[in-house]
Amino acid sequence: MLINEEVAQTIINQFGEAVTDFDDPYNLLTFSTTREQIIPLITFLKSHPTLQVGFLTDITAIHYPDSVGKEFCVVYHLHSLTNNFRLRIKVYLTADDVHIPTMTPLFASANWMERETFDLFGIIFDGHPDLRRILNMEEMDYYPMRKEYPLEDGTREDKIDALFGR
Amino acid sequence: MVSEELDITNKNLPAEQGPVQYVNELTTLNLGPTHPATHGIFQNVLQMDGEKIVSGEQTIGYIHRAFEKIAERRPFYQITTLTDRMNYCSSPINNMGWHMTVEKLLGIEIPKRAQYIRVIMMELARLADHLICNGILGVDTGAFTGFLYIYQERENIYEIYEEVCGARLTTNMGRIGGMERDLSPTAIRKIKELLVRFPKVLREFENLFNRNRIFMDRVIGVGGISAERALSYGFTGPNLRAAGVDYDVRVMNPYSSYEDFEFDIPVGQSGDTYDRFMVRNEEMWQSLRILQQAIDNLPEGPHYADAPQYYLPPKQEVYKNMEALIYHFKIVMGEIDAPVGEVYHAVEGGNGELGFYLISDGGRAPYRLHFRRPCFIYYQAYPEMCKGLTLSDAIVIMSSMNVIAGELDA
Repeated sequence: MLINEEVAQTIINQFGEAVTDFDDPYNLLTFSTTREQIIPLITFLKSHPTLQVGFLTDITAIHYPDSVGKEFCVVYHLHSLTNNFRLRIKVYLTADDVHIPTMTPLFASANWMERETFDLFGIIFDGHPDLRRILNMEEMDYYPMRKEYPLEDGTREDKIDALFGR
Repeated sequence: MVSEELDITNKNLPAEQGPVQYVNELTTLNLGPTHPATHGIFQNVLQMDGEKIVSGEQTIGYIHRAFEKIAERRPFYQITTLTDRMNYCSSPINNMGWHMTVEKLLGIEIPKRAQYIRVIMMELARLADHLICNGILGVDTGAFTGFLYIYQERENIYEIYEEVCGARLTTNMGRIGGMERDLSPTAIRKIKELLVRFPKVLREFENLFNRNRIFMDRVIGVGGISAERALSYGFTGPNLRAAGVDYDVRVMNPYSSYEDFEFDIPVGQSGDTYDRFMVRNEEMWQSLRILQQAIDNLPEGPHYADAPQYYLPPKQEVYKNMEALIYHFKIVMGEIDAPVGEVYHAVEGGNGELGFYLISDGGRAPYRLHFRRPCFIYYQAYPEMCKGLTLSDAIVIMSSMNVIAGELDA
C-alpha cells in the first residue's frame, strides 16, 4: 500500500515545478497543476507501472468569483484501484480564458462529466467530440452554477453573522 | 377512351426501370422520453437498420432539479431531503452517505450502535434496489410472475423504513451525528421476520429465472462489456463487478463499520445482462448475510454521537435546559460551526459508487457540493453496448443497467 508522501514524491520527481500546493485534507492527496501539464500528468499517472491510477472518478468545477486570476477551478478525482489511493488534481483558470484540454482520449467517462461541467460552469474543454449542454436546455444563455446571481434577499437582517456570534 | 382505361389499370404495375437500386436508409426511432420500458424520463434516439441498432444518442435532463445549486443555500441538515430524491429506489443509502460526508467534515465519531443501524438500513435499501432492478428485468423479458412474487418483500422492506423513520420512499432517514431514534422493538422484529422469510422468496425467484431457457436466451451474451471498457466508462457497482472487476467501496474504503462484517463480492465474467442479473442476485444473498450479522451483534449504547452542537437535543430537554435550547435553535437555524475544508466521501450505492464532494467555507451552507452519481457516468456506455443488437435487446440492457432517472439528472 502506497502512502500519500511516496505518491507525491513520484509526481514531484517527474513534474517538478509544474505541480504545486500539495496537501492531504482528510487523507486525500490534493495538488494543483497547470492547464498545459494536465494531460501529460494524467497520462503519466495512468501508465506508471506502480501507481496505476486507472480510474477517473469525477470531473467538476468550482467558481471563486473573488480570487482574481483564479476564478475557476477544474477538479479531477482519480482513483488507483490496484493500490487503493485517491488523488484530487486542481487546475485554476482565469475568468476570461476558460479553456482546458479534454480528457476524453484517456477516459471515455470524461465525455459526459465534461459536458456537465460545461453546462453548469461554461468551462470549454478543447478537443471534446460533442461539447453541448447536457442537463439544461440548449437555448439557455447563462451558466447556472456560477456564483453570479444573488441567492438570498440582500435586505434580510435576521441572518446577519453578528446575531450568531460570528 | 379505351386507352385511358388501360392507363388506370397500368398505374398499379411497377414502373419500368433499370436494375433495382438499394439505398442505405436508416429509421430513426425515439425510445422515450415517456416509454414504459425506459423506467424514468430520458430519451434515446436510435438509428435502426431494420431491427438492428446502428447508433444511439441519449437526451437526458428531463427531471433536472438543480440540486447542486439548491444545496448552496441550504443548511447541511436540509440537504438530506435532496439526496432522497436522487436514487429513489435506495434513498437510505444516499441519506447515510450524505450524513457521513458531513460527519467527516465536522470530525464526528459516531457510536457503534448507530453505525450498525446504518449498515442495516443501507443493506435493506440495497435489497430493495436490487429487487426492483431484477424484477423489472424479468418484466421486460416477458416474465411478470417473478416481479409479483418479490414485490411483497419490497413492501415489507418499506414497512421497516416506515417503522424506523416514518416515511417509505423519500426517507430522510438519520441525522448528522447518528440516527434520529433507536430501532424500536417492532422494527427489530420486522427485520428478523424478513431475514427468515426473504431467503425462501429469493430462492423461488432464482428458480424462476436462473436456469430458465427463455430468460437465458434473452439475456446471455446481450450487452456485454469488457472490464477495460467498463473501467474507461467509469462503471462502478454491480455493473462493473459483472465485467469481472472486484471493486466495492464497502471493502476498498470501509465506512460505517463495514470492516466488521464478513461477506463476499460476487463478480461476473463477460459483463453481459445475465452476469449483471446474477451479480445482483448474489449481492442480495450477501446483503442478507450482513443483515444477519448486524442484527445478531447489534451493540448496546447510544444511537447518536456525543456532539450536542451538531445533533438535535431531545425535545423534553429543550423545554427545561438552557444549553439544549440554544443548541436546538442554532441547529434548526442552520448556524452550526462548520470548519473550512473539502471532503470527498464515497459509499457503495445501489448501482455504484455514490460520491459527495463537499467544499465548506465555514458558512451555513456548502460553498460547493457535487454529487458523483454513478448512473450518470455509466449510462454513457449505453449506445456502445447495444450497437448491432435488436430493439428488444436494447430494452433488456437498459433495465439491467439500473439507471434511475432521478439520479441521472440530479
